Amino acid sequence: MSPATAPLPAPRRHLSDRAILNLFIWPTLALLISLNVFPLVYSLYLSFTDYSAIANKAPVWVAFKNFADILGDERVWQYFATTGRYALLSVSLQTVLGFGLAMLVRQKFRGSGVVTTLILVPMMISPVVVGLFWKLMYNPTFGYFNYLLGFTNPSTGPDVIASAFAGKPVPNLALYGVVLVDVWMWSPFVMLLVLSGLNAIPEYLYEAAAIDRASSWFQFWRITLPQVAPLLLIAVLFRTIEAFKSFDLVMGMTGGGPGNQTELVAVYLYRVAFLGQFRTGYSSALAYIILIIIIAVSNLYIKYLNQIRGES
Amino acid sequence: MAAFEETGPSTPVVIATRVDKVNPRARLAGKLRAALVIVFAVIGLIPVLVMIATAFKTRTDILASPPLIFFQPTLQGFVNLFTDRAIVAPGRMEEFKQRAQTGEMTLWERVAFEMGQEITGVSDYVARLQNSLIIAGLSTVASVVLGLFAAYAFSRFKIPGKDDLLFFILSTRMLPAVVVTIPIFLMYRQVSLTDTHLGMTLLYTAFNLSFSVWLLKGFIDEIPKEYEEAALVDGYTRWQAFYKIVLPQAVTGIAATTVFCLIFAWNEYAFALMLTSDRARTAPPSIATMLGSGGIEWSGIAAGSLGFLIPVVIITFALRRYLLRGITFGAIRQ
Repeated sequence: MSPATAPLPAPRRHLSDRAILNLFIWPTLALLISLNVFPLVYSLYLSFTDYSAIANKAPVWVAFKNFADILGDERVWQYFATTGRYALLSVSLQTVLGFGLAMLVRQKFRGSGVVTTLILVPMMISPVVVGLFWKLMYNPTFGYFNYLLGFTNPSTGPDVIASAFAGKPVPNLALYGVVLVDVWMWSPFVMLLVLSGLNAIPEYLYEAAAIDRASSWFQFWRITLPQVAPLLLIAVLFRTIEAFKSFDLVMGMTGGGPGNQTELVAVYLYRVAFLGQFRTGYSSALAYIILIIIIAVSNLYIKYLNQIRGES
Repeated sequence: MAAFEETGPSTPVVIATRVDKVNPRARLAGKLRAALVIVFAVIGLIPVLVMIATAFKTRTDILASPPLIFFQPTLQGFVNLFTDRAIVAPGRMEEFKQRAQTGEMTLWERVAFEMGQEITGVSDYVARLQNSLIIAGLSTVASVVLGLFAAYAFSRFKIPGKDDLLFFILSTRMLPAVVVTIPIFLMYRQVSLTDTHLGMTLLYTAFNLSFSVWLLKGFIDEIPKEYEEAALVDGYTRWQAFYKIVLPQAVTGIAATTVFCLIFAWNEYAFALMLTSDRARTAPPSIATMLGSGGIEWSGIAAGSLGFLIPVVIITFALRRYLLRGITFGAIRQ
């Protein structure tokens, strides 16, 4: 920018930094306040009431009754346990697979940009469609999944959606089926973030290690992993949050079944909030319990993130 | 000028590539690595290939056991998706056959007739697709533009309680859709925003904003602020400095953010399911509930999913250069 091309001072009074700041930040904050904060406060109130959105009756204050009902309900605990198992399994598998993939595509080869983008395709599909579609894939008679694994006879192969193998029920098979699909869909996301981290590692670190004749094992543990850790953790944080919120995929695939083997909390929440009697008060309380768990888990991650960020 | 604060790296970001010693063993390892990547990509794409195949199968071919690898492709799925049809009355069969023979029928009508049906009109899906285009398009633009402004402000100005505000913005992403849906459902009912394009656009924008602010702040943090300061000294206004200096350098971030926001808004299901019924209903919930006369209409679902996936794939491929360059959330301090 040479001074010659710079515009003359604006004839009318230009905006001060203060005005720019307000102009830039308030639209976002206003939208978030009206569509996130207000609903949150509103549902906090509703969680202490007995209320149904479809009944023509005003909310009745019941204090902690909804919370007591939820915490005293064994089924809800079971749904939380299922959700926790689902989150732990799928996030850890995604992390390992996504990290591995990123290490593999890190070095460029001819067409690597296209191939890497092709790997991302699963995460571009609507999760509910993915769920529906895998229901077809998993079908024991006309699905490709069993067929490609070599189970050509439907009566002796697995039926993932029904959580059975050769006609006998196998507990949790349906849940593992959902986990597999989630891993298929979201490992590319972890890969993408880790890849960004890998690309940002300064070359001189490796050069210094090479001068010291450090083994590649040592380079991986002492350079690659610590450098990429913050982004890996962000990927894991996002995936954990999403796993707790997981709704679309399961709705499309199993609808919570068979029985309630894949009934994740978000699915159950939808059921009580929007089906049958629309138990708005009760579901608001349940929603708050889920939210508190998610915030607690995220805070742990963020604390850890700041810690490793401070070290590197 | 005291309102500024030093954030972000002060040196230009150097994106380094590793240079391996090129010896035969390293070259072989590189080839193996590439082969392995391709194998993974192919395995990952099998379900997508199955989706493509299913979209072009007839109903009987889809239900064949074992599943068919080779089959006669047909457009029945797409006809099921885009049209409303009725069974041809037995009395009119002859008339239809004649029309088919003389070539008076369009391709679509012929495909429908193969199934013994006549086309009575355009299906709801066309309107749903239109809604998806409007809502996802508008909300993606809005969340990237608003996110860019907010990210710039967070990156360059001193804001009291900045870290808390940023965490608050991120935390809006943690809400399970159902949590906010109940109150938003009640609120929208009050202000008659239920089942409207505006209501859905605002909602998707709000949900994407948290992500876009975080992502874009990471990119803007990496742009040296000396450039703008020099421009300010040269007589640029703050707005001009933002518009002419920062914006062009943030293109990578803007492109990457656009892809993520678009993928979310385009594919969103939970809000659309609970807050729309007809006027503003988007495609994903309508694909999911596509039921034919004899159970689930798989070919229609596959055709719908495929058509719905293609725009996102095209945009992602077009912007892949930016997407693969690096999304760091500002997490890596150089």
